[in-house]
Amino acid sequence: MSSLSIPHRPAAAGWPQRVLQVAAALLFVLAGALAASAQGGPLRLTITDPNIEPLPFAIAPFEAETAGAEGLASEITEVIAADLTGTGVFRRIPSSAFVSTPASFAQPVSYVDWRTINAQALITGAVAVNGEQVTVKFRLYDVFSGQELGSGQQLVGTTAGWRRMAHKVADQVYSRITGEGGYFDSRVVFVAETGPKDDRRKRLAIMDYDGANVQYLTDSASIVLAPRFSPNGDRVIYTSWDTGFPRIQAIDVGTVSRQTLPVQDGEMAFSPRFSSDGRSVIYSISTGGNTDIWRTDLPTGQHIRLTSAPSIETAPSLSPDGSRMVFESDRSGNQQLYVMPVGGGEPQRISFGEGRYGSPVWSPRGDMIAFTKQHAGRFHIGVMRTDGSEERLLTASFLDESPTWSPNGRVLMFTRETQGADGAPAIFSVDVSGRNLRRVPTPGPASDPSWGPLQP
Amino acid sequence: MMKFRSVVLLVVALAVAGCANRNAANTGAGTDFAVPPPANAAGSFDPSSPQYFSQTIGDRVLFEVDQFTLTGTARQVLDGQAQWLMTNGNYTAVIEGHADEQGTREYNLALGSRRANAVREYLVSQGVPAGRLQTVTFGKERPIAVCSDESCYRQNRRAVTVIASGALS
Repeated sequence: MSSLSIPHRPAAAGWPQRVLQVAAALLFVLAGALAASAQGGPLRLTITDPNIEPLPFAIAPFEAETAGAEGLASEITEVIAADLTGTGVFRRIPSSAFVSTPASFAQPVSYVDWRTINAQALITGAVAVNGEQVTVKFRLYDVFSGQELGSGQQLVGTTAGWRRMAHKVADQVYSRITGEGGYFDSRVVFVAETGPKDDRRKRLAIMDYDGANVQYLTDSASIVLAPRFSPNGDRVIYTSWDTGFPRIQAIDVGTVSRQTLPVQDGEMAFSPRFSSDGRSVIYSISTGGNTDIWRTDLPTGQHIRLTSAPSIETAPSLSPDGSRMVFESDRSGNQQLYVMPVGGGEPQRISFGEGRYGSPVWSPRGDMIAFTKQHAGRFHIGVMRTDGSEERLLTASFLDESPTWSPNGRVLMFTRETQGADGAPAIFSVDVSGRNLRRVPTPGPASDPSWGPLQP
Repeated sequence: MMKFRSVVLLVVALAVAGCANRNAANTGAGTDFAVPPPANAAGSFDPSSPQYFSQTIGDRVLFEVDQFTLTGTARQVLDGQAQWLMTNGNYTAVIEGHADEQGTREYNLALGSRRANAVREYLVSQGVPAGRLQTVTFGKERPIAVCSDESCYRQNRRAVTVIASGALS
């Protein structure tokens, strides 16, 4: 897929630029009086604001520029809208409320028609299909400022990849309005489950972040669990029992070829994660009943032991710069979180609340650590600063675990399992403020999500 | 006398049902089971058979929540296991460590490893050659009881000694 910028739309011919600006300013004042939620200055939504109100936006049905592109144009429009409303910070104004619809993508928009319905942002676009090639153009308007927000863009891709093109447009819209990186054009690897609780079958699957395009990477002949993406999303590393014993395997997402990390006789290996450069893997080895954390450099095969204690040390996660590691340990008597320099040094305990803490994951922004907390018979997904301060619990249920961060560090997915003989897991998402809890659609029971990077 | 006999038959029926259940639960271990020989008229197995080991001696021990110390009951069972393994020196065993669903997935793998190892170390201390005993953890991946309360959890917090048919030559 390629993209290029479309220049800002020139001012309408014959109208002096200055007059337009003045007119826009007047309209803004009027509209501001009518719509309490309209803000002065350029459109900007601060998604970390705890009192955030969903921002109303309108998306004009994308225009079909070639014969037969109508269906795809309509589907792309809907995926963009679903991405934005799915964040919980955007509210779509239904097209039934529109005063007018742009006659074509090329024509100037009538801001007043969108102010009337209090659309703070307007998205317009066009879709052309030539054989397998799809061209998507879009513009984003700051309705109350009466100007484009960023420049129009054109994306070129294939019909098979049309959803990705829609996600790319939505990522652009989200980024321009929030100032945050996007996360819609990304994939999630997870464990797809079938069968009863006492004979559960598990296999690795990969899907778009919104549950579309599910593909299976392994069969269900042996248990697989806790997959993690490589930093660029080309490989997945996970724990497999296909030898009868837990071993770490890496699978190439494209070719589905697999490699097993060698271990010594009698060792069990699990909880693998790639380093941020993808060159090494950190994981646990359990031998003689004791579990510690190791690192293996993939090109050389060199193993380095990172922890050495008689307690359980597992579930490591590296900071984005690779210098530090958070992990769980029961050295204090029960499961707690610790941070230590990867180069060696004393682990510092960072979790001090009531209950037990596990499966820590360092945010891709570097600022927070997400974790699973178990307390008083309930499980929670929570976040804390990397020094353990400002702990906040985002969820509560019979069994919530295994958080994973969106590429922009603003949303978490996790596993939620229901209780009882018919209990089954599903993947949920929640934003980092605890709002917008949603179930991610999967074809059946699903667990252990790992959110991959934003795709190029 | 008639009453006593029917009780014995009931026990055998339960034992066979339990055996089938466990075989299903162990499919991930990659080990094969010998074909069960028919129980003899008295309702018991050949003392040198893996079925005698699993049904009469007992192939599993249970643990307290988040613990891997062996209880007195567990040691008694393991004493019987050790004796059988030393008598039947041509069998190897894989000790599976399991956890209940209260706990995170990877922690439970480490906990299962501790439980399996506790059994292995005890059997070795009783004279079983270490080279005949392997350990594997399944964490909370292979529950045998599926309800979400202590009556099931206690059955799932277990270490199971699985006799491998791949006997030493």
